Amino acid sequence: MRRPPVFGDAHALHDERRLGALLLAPAVVYIVLLVGLPFLLAIYYSVSDVTVGNYTPQLVGLRNFERILDDPTFWRSLQNAVVFTVATQILVIVLAHVLALALYADFRGKWLVRLLILLPWVAPISLGSIGWLWIFDPVYSILNWMLQAVGVLAAGERLIWLGQPDLAMASVIAVNVWRLLPLATVIILAGLTSIPQDLHDAAEMDGAGFWRHLFRITLPLTAPIALVALLFGAVFTFTDMIVIYVLTRGGPYDTTQVIASYAFFTGIQGGDLAAGAAISLFLFPVLVAIAILLLTVARRAEVA
Amino acid sequence: MRAHPRGKRWLMRGGHALILAVFTFVLAFPFYWMFITTFKQTTDLLDLANNPFVFNAPPTLQNLRELFLDTEFGRWLLNTVLVGLLVVVITLLLAVPAGYALARLAGRWGQRAGIAIFLTYLIPPTILFIPFSRIVAGLGLQDSLWSLVLVYPSFTVPFCTWLLMGFFKSVPRDIEEAAMIDGLSRFGAFVKVVVPISTAGILTVVIFTLTLVMQEFVYGLTFITSSANYTVSVGVPTFLVRGDVYFWGALMGACLIVSLPIAILYNFFVDRFVAGFTVGAIK
Repeated sequence: MRRPPVFGDAHALHDERRLGALLLAPAVVYIVLLVGLPFLLAIYYSVSDVTVGNYTPQLVGLRNFERILDDPTFWRSLQNAVVFTVATQILVIVLAHVLALALYADFRGKWLVRLLILLPWVAPISLGSIGWLWIFDPVYSILNWMLQAVGVLAAGERLIWLGQPDLAMASVIAVNVWRLLPLATVIILAGLTSIPQDLHDAAEMDGAGFWRHLFRITLPLTAPIALVALLFGAVFTFTDMIVIYVLTRGGPYDTTQVIASYAFFTGIQGGDLAAGAAISLFLFPVLVAIAILLLTVARRAEVA
Repeated sequence: MRAHPRGKRWLMRGGHALILAVFTFVLAFPFYWMFITTFKQTTDLLDLANNPFVFNAPPTLQNLRELFLDTEFGRWLLNTVLVGLLVVVITLLLAVPAGYALARLAGRWGQRAGIAIFLTYLIPPTILFIPFSRIVAGLGLQDSLWSLVLVYPSFTVPFCTWLLMGFFKSVPRDIEEAAMIDGLSRFGAFVKVVVPISTAGILTVVIFTLTLVMQEFVYGLTFITSSANYTVSVGVPTFLVRGDVYFWGALMGACLIVSLPIAILYNFFVDRFVAGFTVGAIK
């Protein structure tokens, strides 16, 4: 029979460490092989001339990167990705605060409202985007019908939602906000719930009005968690191509092309794996920056 | 304002209800739209003179009949469930022991290793899909569901390990220590005592893995080329939209059928999911 480990028992502690490593190893090996290895391979591809048909790739130095930096479509994609991400996050964070504050109060039918509000996040986004494709249909768009009904558009007048450059960008941003808002809302709601009631009571006693209460108590105390929602949202938006792939394929004239979708069209559909890998690596610095920020937030919370 | 407290209260309440109504309408509207489109007759759908919000002709099941009989939608559903179940098994086999090791056995570096594993969840498919396309081809798995079974755990394992780590930390240590005093080894206590009382956490991981698999799009689009091997999230937008003819009724039916069950299931677990994201930022 094994002795139960006792605190301070060096032998038992050693056994525990070994068991821990043993239990952890399969997951770590899997992650190294299926995340670490492909990532290194992506870096290798970006400095080679690999294509779909080329089985003996040569190293070509930074030629792919030079080619990309000379490519106006790449710059356009980078700019679009930044606009897409920043606009989405600003809208999401503001709207999520409003919605979370509204959901914080008790009211009848809250579970149903919550279920409905969560739908865009939980439904597969490729399918949600197809729903929007139908809403944005050039001929049968319900949006045009509504705008005609209230008289903003004349009868028979139509907006081609996904076919006009500025409107297309606004449309994909709207769909992305629609999709990320539920997640940000529930995260911020969790932050609101974690504020001790005493603080609200104290503010009430001091006669703080709604806005003063909001800006002095509620917003500062939810700021760290709102930052978490913001950072995750930024990662999911900057690296995503699903909404854009389904709705516009990057068009019209690359006005909604982002880095992720451009990497896909170049590397997978165009077969130029090397250039595709090089383009997608431009996502990485942003990821690193966001990861560092997340760690800082986590560490500060630990110290506090 | 102090002079009309009642009036102000009604205003606040009205404003509150209005905000909720507007948000709920905008967020849920596309699903209502899928619903009504699914059951409309095509002639009703495509008549611009009709009020699109309501049924102008009797509802029909024709669109769903077409979806199941004339397309491979049924096949895609089956593929998705198959891949989902296999990925769940792999994820549990890897993430349950890893989560426990990080929670209990790893000591001070456990927290750091946990964060490192979680961060790999942030590396997106859009960086890895190009090398993966070569790896999958090299393994002879192109256009095979097995490519998805192999690759999907690369994002389910990090997130689920992180969730389970949090979950196992909340299990009182006394329970294991009692079992170990009764003669079980540490590993025995983990398998026979901790795992059985952690059903809630494990169930959460099962649900998340299934939903992540159903939502995944980029890898499916990259690896799979023939219609018979698609999963729903890829098959519906790529195969049903090919060409200029959109069968909107069938398309919306497909979206609705897949979205609603996941949404309802997920709804029960969303708080745990949020807890996974916010560990560290909330005390």
